[in-house]
Amino acid sequence: MAGRFEKSGDGAAAVALDGAEISILRSLAVQLLELIGPGEGPADGDDPLAALFAEGPSEPPSDPALARLFPDAYGEPGAPPDEETRRLSAEFRRFTETELRTAKRENLLLMVGGLDAAARDAAETEGDALLTLEADASRRWLGALNDMRLALGSRLGLSDDESSDRLFDTPQDDPGRPLVIAYSWLGLLQESLIETLAP
Amino acid sequence: MPMEVERTETDEARVEAPLPEVPWVTVVHNDPVNLMSYVTYVFQSYFGYPKDKATKLMRDVHEKGRATVSQGSREEMERDVQAMHGYGLWATLQQER
Repeated sequence: MAGRFEKSGDGAAAVALDGAEISILRSLAVQLLELIGPGEGPADGDDPLAALFAEGPSEPPSDPALARLFPDAYGEPGAPPDEETRRLSAEFRRFTETELRTAKRENLLLMVGGLDAAARDAAETEGDALLTLEADASRRWLGALNDMRLALGSRLGLSDDESSDRLFDTPQDDPGRPLVIAYSWLGLLQESLIETLAP
Repeated sequence: MPMEVERTETDEARVEAPLPEVPWVTVVHNDPVNLMSYVTYVFQSYFGYPKDKATKLMRDVHEKGRATVSQGSREEMERDVQAMHGYGLWATLQQER
């Protein structure tokens, strides 16, 4: 999987992806969308203003990947929070988590839309699809790729830099190996996208 | 009625901010997933820091485990922490000691 982003004219980035790469990216994006959950938008007949002012959750998500995507805003990492710290984190979460979830979901949806368009192109030309991102889309893809890596990293049990280094020692026949390869590839893809955004 | 409500809010604000002269800070913590280039990119694009400063802060996060990336009122720091979470960085706010 050699897909790397390259600069493409006016602040845009482009990458050639084959069908397998498109389907892996899409599947990882959709899995994260499912984890983050459906939109908080108003159901038919609901007052849209009510949704606007609806409060988010006050407790951290129980899923470790989600807990990493939506961490506590107060307290020391690794130290159990006291009652006041918990109260402050809960309050922050109530007023921010819904908005954060929405932003992350929108980035992922943009990615899925772009991949679907690329897949149609690839089917027509029976070769690699050339996917081009304008500057704003690049920034949103970057966020989505990072969130996907955070979620995968959590699934792979990466807790510190040492566990991250050990990842590359995963044996060829380890059942978790495909996930490790996907994680590494997303890192390369993200790194190359960052390079295109450098001034 | 409105008088009472206002007075309650003022009292609460006084109780909740015992050290108004001590600024709040946003702290970014190390994690094994975020790429060094990405962390630098976030510090440059969100805070508008020059590349040198952004790189130094990124190195502090990576090597010391944490870096103070901004300072200001509590409201401003909550905004910065929310933005960092939006980027996927692990950030908290605290009152500077």
